Amino acid sequence: MLQYPLWRRIVVIGLVLLGLSAAIPNLFYPRVELHNDAAAAIEQFGSTPEREADLSAWPTWMPSSLVNLGLDLRGGAHLLAEVRVEDVYEHRLDALWPEVRDALRDERDAVGAIQRLDAPGGELRVRIENPAGMGQALAAVRELASPVVTLTGMGANDIEVAGQDDVITVQLSEAERVATDDRTIQQSLEIIRRRVDEVGTREPTIQRQGERRILIQVPGLGSADELKALIGTTAQLTFQPVVTRTTDPSTRPAPRQELLPSLDEEGVFYVLEQTPVVTGEELTNAQPSFDQNGRPAVSFQFNVTGARKFGAYTAANVGAPFAIVLDGEVISAPRINEPIPGGSGIITGNFTVEDSTNLAVLLRAGALPAEMTFLEERTIGPELGADSIEAGRIASLVAFAGVLIFMALAYGRFGLMANLALILNVGLVFGLLSAIGATLTLPGIAGIVLTIGMAVDANVLVFERIREEVRAGRGPARAIELGYEKALSAIIDANITTFITAVILFLMGSGPVKGFAVTLALGIITSVFTAIYITRLMIVFWFERRRPKTIEV
Amino acid sequence: MRLKLVADETNWDFFGRLPITLGFSGLMFVGAILAFLFMGLNFGIDFRGGTTIRTEARVAVDVGAYRDAIAPLGLGDVSISEVFDPGFDEDQHVAMVRIQAQGDEESVRPETIQAVQAALRSVAPQIRFISVESVGPKVSGELIMTAIYSVLAAIAAVLVYIWLRFEWQFALGAVAALVHDVIITIGLFAVLQIQFDLAIIAALLTIVGYSLNDTVVVFDRVRENLRRYKVMDLKEVLNVSINETMSRTLMTSGTTLLALIALIVLGGDVIRGFVFAMTFGVVIGTYSSVFVASAILLKLGVKRDWSKPDGEAGTQFADVDA
Repeated sequence: MLQYPLWRRIVVIGLVLLGLSAAIPNLFYPRVELHNDAAAAIEQFGSTPEREADLSAWPTWMPSSLVNLGLDLRGGAHLLAEVRVEDVYEHRLDALWPEVRDALRDERDAVGAIQRLDAPGGELRVRIENPAGMGQALAAVRELASPVVTLTGMGANDIEVAGQDDVITVQLSEAERVATDDRTIQQSLEIIRRRVDEVGTREPTIQRQGERRILIQVPGLGSADELKALIGTTAQLTFQPVVTRTTDPSTRPAPRQELLPSLDEEGVFYVLEQTPVVTGEELTNAQPSFDQNGRPAVSFQFNVTGARKFGAYTAANVGAPFAIVLDGEVISAPRINEPIPGGSGIITGNFTVEDSTNLAVLLRAGALPAEMTFLEERTIGPELGADSIEAGRIASLVAFAGVLIFMALAYGRFGLMANLALILNVGLVFGLLSAIGATLTLPGIAGIVLTIGMAVDANVLVFERIREEVRAGRGPARAIELGYEKALSAIIDANITTFITAVILFLMGSGPVKGFAVTLALGIITSVFTAIYITRLMIVFWFERRRPKTIEV
Repeated sequence: MRLKLVADETNWDFFGRLPITLGFSGLMFVGAILAFLFMGLNFGIDFRGGTTIRTEARVAVDVGAYRDAIAPLGLGDVSISEVFDPGFDEDQHVAMVRIQAQGDEESVRPETIQAVQAALRSVAPQIRFISVESVGPKVSGELIMTAIYSVLAAIAAVLVYIWLRFEWQFALGAVAALVHDVIITIGLFAVLQIQFDLAIIAALLTIVGYSLNDTVVVFDRVRENLRRYKVMDLKEVLNVSINETMSRTLMTSGTTLLALIALIVLGGDVIRGFVFAMTFGVVIGTYSSVFVASAILLKLGVKRDWSKPDGEAGTQFADVDA
């Protein structure tokens, strides 16, 4: 007799019901989405009658996870950015310079006068007057080193100091670079997330990719250009002392000074002290506002240390101009009329209201630690996604119908059972996709359609085997049992090999291709499950009720 | 009455014309390599960098006018092609504009895209830009390498798996068949100059999976029959096994093709290349599991004594059955 223990029946039916209940919300996609958005909004901003109404679009006790739609189906903007971590090395070394200078000054008797030299990126070079004091100088600078705290860089120092003739070279150690890269990327991720959140779009994907890349996907955004404008700006704000103003772009600034162009005035340049008085990192707030003439401006507020530094500097330099610099361009260079002790101020320039709003957003979110290069950008219009979903839906239905008819014609009653299993199978794929929060892409839909075609394979293997056993003269129960037993190794081997390729696709693919790998892999799992357990259970139910003397497969 | 693709008992001789079938496969294989070398693949921006813009207009696409409008911008190689799809509305006219990567810029500058869009608006005022995708040369170079690695990794993984589960001759036969399938599919893309992008790599890997699926089912039966018919000629064993699995092979290929054809016709133009590759792969994968994989197995020969313990390989899953 066909063996199918009760506990196994319960587990199989339970799993199917679980899978299907996870799939159900996808049948009511817009309503469930409304419900989920409302739930998120209530969580974050509190309840309003409208939100409560939206929330009730879907019962709260029902599962509400949906299959995420990929960018190619929903439309939106996609960027792949590479962070120029080298920028940060420079900043680190610049920040180190005053300490090095002070350390060497303490050794002035042995070292003599010191001078910072121009150096290639990632190095700090200092010439000392008295090469005989090199040993002492190196020791003094090495004192500044501190251990790196990372898993890989245990025991390593953050800087490497070397001396040759009369020049000391300081650079970041390998371990420190790795640690810095990591920190830079984390910071960039955080700041990009804040900026994107300020715009208030739903479910952006912002994730690190590889060593120094960041993938940003924002559904529903008009274009990649908009996104680029939002996150491509470093928004490094500094307040620097002005040395002179000039219209000659070939002016050679003195050491530790720099020549920067004006943002509004064509052909005007400023020579500035390179070391800023205060930077944007010391801002606590920034708001779009208007100046006394009613022109758009941005008002800002420093934190305590920033306010103290700014107050001290303005008090000491009344009458002198200072420059407000944003990403290497001078926004304005007002004269200090009186000390500004309160730590708040206003940036004026040739702004539109939109400019000032954006600048305030950027200043609030904070500056990116390094610039980014964009390696890849995609804008997908929502109508293309909608067309793709529609085409995918029709193709799936037709494929479905074709396969169902084909199977019914080929295997009769058994074919109908396989068909029921196939329908459950697609339901289970959707249930799993929702449960693990996978993203459905256009190739992913193709993966599901392919699964519809291939999912019957396991059943076909079994049915063909049962046919053979019947032909070999076995009784119905024995034929069914042997059919399953003998087909099993072929089913397992065939599906494991396909599964291996799906895993490789998932590991190596990106975006849409990954979506395909996911649906293909899930389709393999569910189709083996449905063929081995579900169709078999159906056959057993049927067999127990009818007890046929002969079977026709 | 049942629908049957083949009779219950078939007794076809698949190796009677071995020189012809192997020769045919060999010719296709060499032809595909030649096509790849001399005609080259029509790489999409994923692999070669550049920008594609998908446009949609209510009036018919005039490729010449588009080209003339963009030419003065001096963007180098620009290709414009109209897209057709049975799913489009009457007055839906879609074109793809592809621009090569500009110098050593990573991603395209917004000004470039705006210039192209303005130029196209000047010839087709109602034109809309449905999607704009741009890939820099750095990423596209890496994508090519990743794609090659992933196909090689898939083949290697499969080689090892089949070797463990069967014998090395089976592994070689199966891998020969799927290399055959992948190369010939690539050759077909070279001949037809269909755009070759990341999705096609996904299709190639699926072909690897499918081709193998089919081959493994045949091999599984071969292994079983080798145990049953200890003295039968290997050629006979192979023939019997292929005949016994023929019905299943055609059923599965049939349902898969049904699904794929539905996708080709109705699935929209965006994934047509991808689905086409898979459809071709299913056909050639079915062919190769008999005429390449099994034929190579026949040439290599296999050990005949399967009664020893490692004959367990085929039944070690038997106790997990339901």
